[in-house]
Amino acid sequence: MINKKEVNHIAKLARLGISEKEEKKFQKDLSSILDYFNCLQEVDVSGKEPTFHPTEYFLLNRETITGSETTGSGRKKGVMREDKEKPQKEGLADKLVESAPDKSKRHIKVKTVF
Amino acid sequence: MELNKLTIAQAHQGLVKKEFSAKELTKTFLDTIKEKDKDISAYVTITENLALLQAQKIDDLISSGKDIPALAGIPLAVKDNILVEGIKNTCASKILENYTAPYDATCIRKLKKLGAVILGKTNMDEFGMGSSTENSAFFPTKNPYDLTRVPGGTSGGSAAAVAADMCCYALGSDTGGSIRQPASFCGVVGLKPTYGAVSRYGLVAFASSLDQIGAITKTVEDAKIVFEAIAGKDPLDSTSVEYQVRSSGYQVSSLKIGVAKEYFVKGIDSGVEKVIKDAIKKFENLGLKIEEISLPHTKYSIPTYYLINTSEASANLARYDGIKYGLSKDKGKDLLDVYLQSRVEGFGPEVKRRIMLGTYALSAGYYDAYYLKAGKVRTLIIEDFNKAFKRVDVILSPTAPTPAFKLGEKITDPLSMYLCDIFTAPVNLVGLPAISIPAGVAGKLPVGLQIIGKPFEENKILEIGSIFT
Repeated sequence: MINKKEVNHIAKLARLGISEKEEKKFQKDLSSILDYFNCLQEVDVSGKEPTFHPTEYFLLNRETITGSETTGSGRKKGVMREDKEKPQKEGLADKLVESAPDKSKRHIKVKTVF
Repeated sequence: MELNKLTIAQAHQGLVKKEFSAKELTKTFLDTIKEKDKDISAYVTITENLALLQAQKIDDLISSGKDIPALAGIPLAVKDNILVEGIKNTCASKILENYTAPYDATCIRKLKKLGAVILGKTNMDEFGMGSSTENSAFFPTKNPYDLTRVPGGTSGGSAAAVAADMCCYALGSDTGGSIRQPASFCGVVGLKPTYGAVSRYGLVAFASSLDQIGAITKTVEDAKIVFEAIAGKDPLDSTSVEYQVRSSGYQVSSLKIGVAKEYFVKGIDSGVEKVIKDAIKKFENLGLKIEEISLPHTKYSIPTYYLINTSEASANLARYDGIKYGLSKDKGKDLLDVYLQSRVEGFGPEVKRRIMLGTYALSAGYYDAYYLKAGKVRTLIIEDFNKAFKRVDVILSPTAPTPAFKLGEKITDPLSMYLCDIFTAPVNLVGLPAISIPAGVAGKLPVGLQIIGKPFEENKILEIGSIFT
């Protein structure tokens, strides 16, 4: 069961300015959902690494995958590109600034931070 | 046959043989949209001018005697989380209600190069979160088979548009079943490719290790055409992999089909169960071998999926802060207020719920028990499938435990909505390709059969899908 203090803490972390009514609703929803998720506690994962990326696993188990960039150990090299400026389409920067809600010439405006 | 009922393959033939023009084909769909969409509400934005311009270009090519690719002049609908330059891209959210795409998604760039005609952007559950399209901030989409029922989600608009002949095919996205389940509910074909087969550049990110763009079509053959057009490694998506055509030179009749015993426990609608069991018999009669397999961690897939997708979503949706684009509420005193107000007003309830779940799962003190644990259970689920795939070539299941449910039936109970994904979500956790094909009806409602393949073996699941239909 999640309490109100925790709900407010999470909302603040997530930058959601929830109302008191929402606070009650989320407390109820999150509690019942997390209760259900607690069934994961019974799963034995000893010796298991987490998989955060399907491709990672494909490459460690070669019989289920096609060729991709691998080092000898089978783990995928990080995919990197050259640290060089890539020319973009004409006017793209202006389009991006255009989307901003508050702007001044080619600058995006923000409220005072402090 | 009426032009709006043609498959991609048939429409291409018609254009090449000059039985009709691309403009006529496009106008037929635009008329169908005007006639039917007021009842179905599949579309958020209709791009009539863009479509007619694109169609005209193709007609010019045809009249100059040039050959055209299979997708040239063929009208499609695009889910409203895939960027089409210059067109509004809302993700069915108030926070992006007036956001215009500054660039094309890679799959759109590829389709445009092939001469595709874009009819408009389709409705969805907000940011891809949901299973019914009822979480759209604008309006729900109705199932063309029964307007009191949902089309499924989150690609509900795309699936309904294909089913109601309001486009020839559509693009959707699938994170836990969002292409396959609406395809099942609407009686059309839905293909989710292997993770990494299709570039995610230009797809608004929800859960980056689970999302994939895919095709919703009338036939399996059409799904293959669209998939081949959009697949491929993209330097703009570092998770994309070179798609290698595997599994050529196999005998279809020698393929083994796996059926997981854990999939036929209680909770499945009896109408769905009958359709699937009949489908299995049909494959047996066609000479394919059916083998029982076990996927022991099936019951943990929903919690695993929901812990991972919400955690990734909480990070991916942090960018909606009212600064660079989107809804911005700046009446408060400082920057923090802009964030707090823009986000609480801009996001719908399900999105907020998932962001909070994900934030919680990643927060100090809970990270190990929730997010990390889910990551390890994900490994176990992958191992389940790997073991099974040593014995069988593809795995069969119902796409969804029920046919289309009524509007309003599950929307107040988030957990009951989450359980819709029981057969589809594990596929995204493992990154496998899967297709839903129409397999029959329960009463008057379509029921989809899901065929799951090994990574990069779209060819096998497409082939088995086409034998069935």
